Amino acid sequence: MSWDRNAMAARAAKELKDGYYVNLGIGIPTLVANHIPDGVEVTLQSENGMLGIGPFPFEDGIDADLINAGKQTISELKSSSYFGSADSFAMIRGGHIDLTILGAMEVAENGDIANWMIPGKMIKGMGGAMDLVAGVKKIIVVMDHCAKDGGPKFIPECTLPLTGTNVVDMIITDLCVFRRIDHDSPFKLIELAPGVSEDDVAKKTTGKYSK
Amino acid sequence: MKKIYPDAAAALDGLLFDGMHLCVGGFGLCGIPERLIDALQDAGVNGLTIASNNAGIDNEGLGKLLRSRQVKKMISSYVGENKEFERQFLSGELEVEFCPQGTLAERCRAGGAGIPGFYTKTGVGTQVAEGKEVRQFDDEDYILERGIYADLCLIKGWKADKAGNLIFRKTARNFNAPMATAGKICVAEVEEIVEIGELDPDAIHLPSIYVKRLINGSPYDKKIEFRMTRERGDAA
Repeated sequence: MSWDRNAMAARAAKELKDGYYVNLGIGIPTLVANHIPDGVEVTLQSENGMLGIGPFPFEDGIDADLINAGKQTISELKSSSYFGSADSFAMIRGGHIDLTILGAMEVAENGDIANWMIPGKMIKGMGGAMDLVAGVKKIIVVMDHCAKDGGPKFIPECTLPLTGTNVVDMIITDLCVFRRIDHDSPFKLIELAPGVSEDDVAKKTTGKYSK
Repeated sequence: MKKIYPDAAAALDGLLFDGMHLCVGGFGLCGIPERLIDALQDAGVNGLTIASNNAGIDNEGLGKLLRSRQVKKMISSYVGENKEFERQFLSGELEVEFCPQGTLAERCRAGGAGIPGFYTKTGVGTQVAEGKEVRQFDDEDYILERGIYADLCLIKGWKADKAGNLIFRKTARNFNAPMATAGKICVAEVEEIVEIGELDPDAIHLPSIYVKRLINGSPYDKKIEFRMTRERGDAA
């Protein structure tokens, strides 16, 4: 057993606190919006220039001028606001966003993250990821525990080009949760998915962590 | 001074030359100056260096200029969903400077505000920092990034008045706002041009000083990259 995509998103959503301004990355992080706990009000930021992302629109409410950073159509809320890209990243770089949840290809035991490039293969670019990990107060990575080839993704040192150095605070995988209290401390295994043992995690992890 | 031109070709007349640098607004296909991009293609101007967050998709937006091989170099943060881009980049035909999205926005904002460079935490310790000055402020490392000031800025707005005061609509504002300022001359296309006095001066997003030439590019058939909906009755 392990967590599926939705369960991983639900676990990440437990980290949301009332009043938070949050930026969600593309993929599983986007699903976190479906699991916001009752009684917790968060405002979602989209780096293309919006605070207060609403749900996907009804068919008759689709608007090409209203998209999220994943270029999906969305809707606005009564509390929403719009701004340009320079203002958007001033919010991000300036430390005004409380939390970002994003995907990764690799995370190192020292909190380095790689998620934007595979030399010679994938050349999509970093988008806003480097700005987010440099500027947001808390960084949570949600990713599969192992790569498609079965190799670990939480590793001693990143092998791919970095997105940021010593920035990750928490890692949520399909198997478990690692957290560290500050950027000088090692990650600690704090939670296991149902049916997953400490041994299962140890076998699939090469990055150092405490129990 | 008359700012309104009959069409995109007329608005670009006399401004284009081979090897020029441009800033082009938009995020994905949202808020791209599509009439002006088409006119660039028709004009056949070559060897372009273009700062734009994305490079369009295959045969849409700046993807058209890639297909016609008019682009020498792109300065962008994200170029996925574009096979022709990938092919030209991997074969070495196209030069690419990957620039973090916020750094790109700030490079344009700074360039347009007369600030030739600034320090940022973004990209410290990554490939982006290679060859750039690193300086410590309050015990943290920052890298020096240069402002961008282009020969020509092309943007898309929603409404403008005849003086050139302009407003954007929803998330189509994106890079159009900083890029309008980041060059010698900005040409804007909008969906509607109204009389002076019809726009609330307190609600102007881009003051007229930045908009030197203006066209009404309507009608627009705006493209959507990922069309997502929910059914009525679904929980939000």
